[in-house]
Amino acid sequence: MRKIIDTVIETVIFICAILSIIFVVLIFGFLFKEGFAFFKDFGITKFITGKFWNPSSNPALFGILPLIVGSTLVTVGACVIAVPIGVMTALYISEIAPKGIRDILKSLVELMAAIPSVVIGFVGMITLVPFVRIFFNIPTGLTAFSGSIMLAFMAMPTIVTISEDAIRSVPWHYKEGAFALGATKWQTIRRIVLKAAMPGIIAAIMLGIGRVIGETMAVMMITGNAAHIPDSIFEPVRTMTATIAAEMGETVRGDMHYKALFAIGLVLFVITFIVNFIADLFLGKSKNK
Amino acid sequence: MIKLSPKLSQKLSYSILFLATILAIVPVVVIIFTIIKNGASAITWDFLTSMPKDGMRTGGILPAVLGTFSIVTCAISITLPIGVFAAIYLNEYTRNNLLTRIIKLAIVNLAGVPSVVYGLFGLGIFVMFLKLGVSVIAGALTLSIMELPVIITTARGALNSVPYSFREASLSLGVSRWQTIRHIVLPNALPGILTGTILSIARISGETAPILFTASVFYVPHLPHSIFDQVMTLPYHLYIVSTQIPNMPKKIIFGTALVLLIMVLTISFMAIIARIYFRKHRKW
Repeated sequence: MRKIIDTVIETVIFICAILSIIFVVLIFGFLFKEGFAFFKDFGITKFITGKFWNPSSNPALFGILPLIVGSTLVTVGACVIAVPIGVMTALYISEIAPKGIRDILKSLVELMAAIPSVVIGFVGMITLVPFVRIFFNIPTGLTAFSGSIMLAFMAMPTIVTISEDAIRSVPWHYKEGAFALGATKWQTIRRIVLKAAMPGIIAAIMLGIGRVIGETMAVMMITGNAAHIPDSIFEPVRTMTATIAAEMGETVRGDMHYKALFAIGLVLFVITFIVNFIADLFLGKSKNK
Repeated sequence: MIKLSPKLSQKLSYSILFLATILAIVPVVVIIFTIIKNGASAITWDFLTSMPKDGMRTGGILPAVLGTFSIVTCAISITLPIGVFAAIYLNEYTRNNLLTRIIKLAIVNLAGVPSVVYGLFGLGIFVMFLKLGVSVIAGALTLSIMELPVIITTARGALNSVPYSFREASLSLGVSRWQTIRHIVLPNALPGILTGTILSIARISGETAPILFTASVFYVPHLPHSIFDQVMTLPYHLYIVSTQIPNMPKKIIFGTALVLLIMVLTISFMAIIARIYFRKHRKW
């Protein structure tokens, strides 16, 4: 009897374990099913290279280029802000901060990850957006620039926590070697610790990028949602994620527009797959040391 | 270029790193402070326990609170057993073979899929293909798949922290593998699993994008009474009142944001307290 129970339970355990694989395949399958139907109807080259996204025009235009430009602009902007600040914060927390305040600083950084993205978006809307409009004297504060700032802070917990782990796992004797040669603590941090922790830091940055590309609600509330190719970072843009979230409600289930949004989902899925795969490679590298 | 002495350059660099750290922390403080300052006055018993009235412009948020509560409860009760079983498989049963590597790669990937893509997937499979419609259960299933990698990872960490000697002692008495896991490993890993679960509850309570097309609607005139109902949810309600309705009284928006924030932060805080408590009372 015991044996039978054991076998049944172990089968259930095995099934639960392979469910993750099944879900990834299912997600890809469902996105691909609708996305492929869209490519067949509309044409994949017209989709990838089309400069206009206008589902309500006649004929409807589904060019993803402005959305890709929007996502890229916001992501690059966020990285430019978040990467230096995040890595410096990680260095400060792990190497310099006094022991007593280390955990407090770390918890405060991580607290950001606990705040729901609609709340962050809302606060951004009422504080950051008017500030950007007045400070740069532009017609609207709902711009790619505002989105970049907001997303930079949303990526911060990811970048700081994972970089900090990497910095902390640098073997102590690396530092001892540098100290023995007469290097100051800062020289050791900059030339030895930072280099040794680099694979982990790159993984942290990649995961941060993954988070930024996939972020939806805050971006939709702050970037102004204009699906056109902007001339500068101080213009409204629309990201791929925001397009899906904003337009799905307007579609008729199964029509071309509906399928087009799945095609965007497919593009997003592939991009985040690659980004996370690279992050995982670097994470493996940093652990194998 | 001026060459600074190593001492001076160390001092200068430390100050810059310190400033960066402050810069990383300020936004969190600003966000929490802004919401509390402006929202505190909106929170009354009436706000928490009545229906929205007058096109959301007056009244309360009760249906949104209950909607979020029902979706989160369903989602966690689906994802927890699956996640723990998967973690048991990865930590207790398998060696590092090809299948394990593929499972791990799948988990990494699930963790990276954008939340709005989960929303699309949930719409495609649960709402349309399985014909569950826009409902609590469709939203809960979507969220449960999204949270699965997090639960697996934390549960695995908890199982892994149980000393190997515990298992050896049990196995040497002739106890079967599953019985050892059931009576020795799981009870000792439970605190860690519990902490991770509470954190997951906090995280999915604030998620909007995955339930946007699968569970949440603009307005429902009654409270949810079955898992096949469409519901209002707190995060989606905040999105609506802050962007979709013109001339919305600021007080209601801030009040909604504050309730959501308090909910999420209290749950996270509980997890932190639980972690500290369990660490102190650990058997090994």
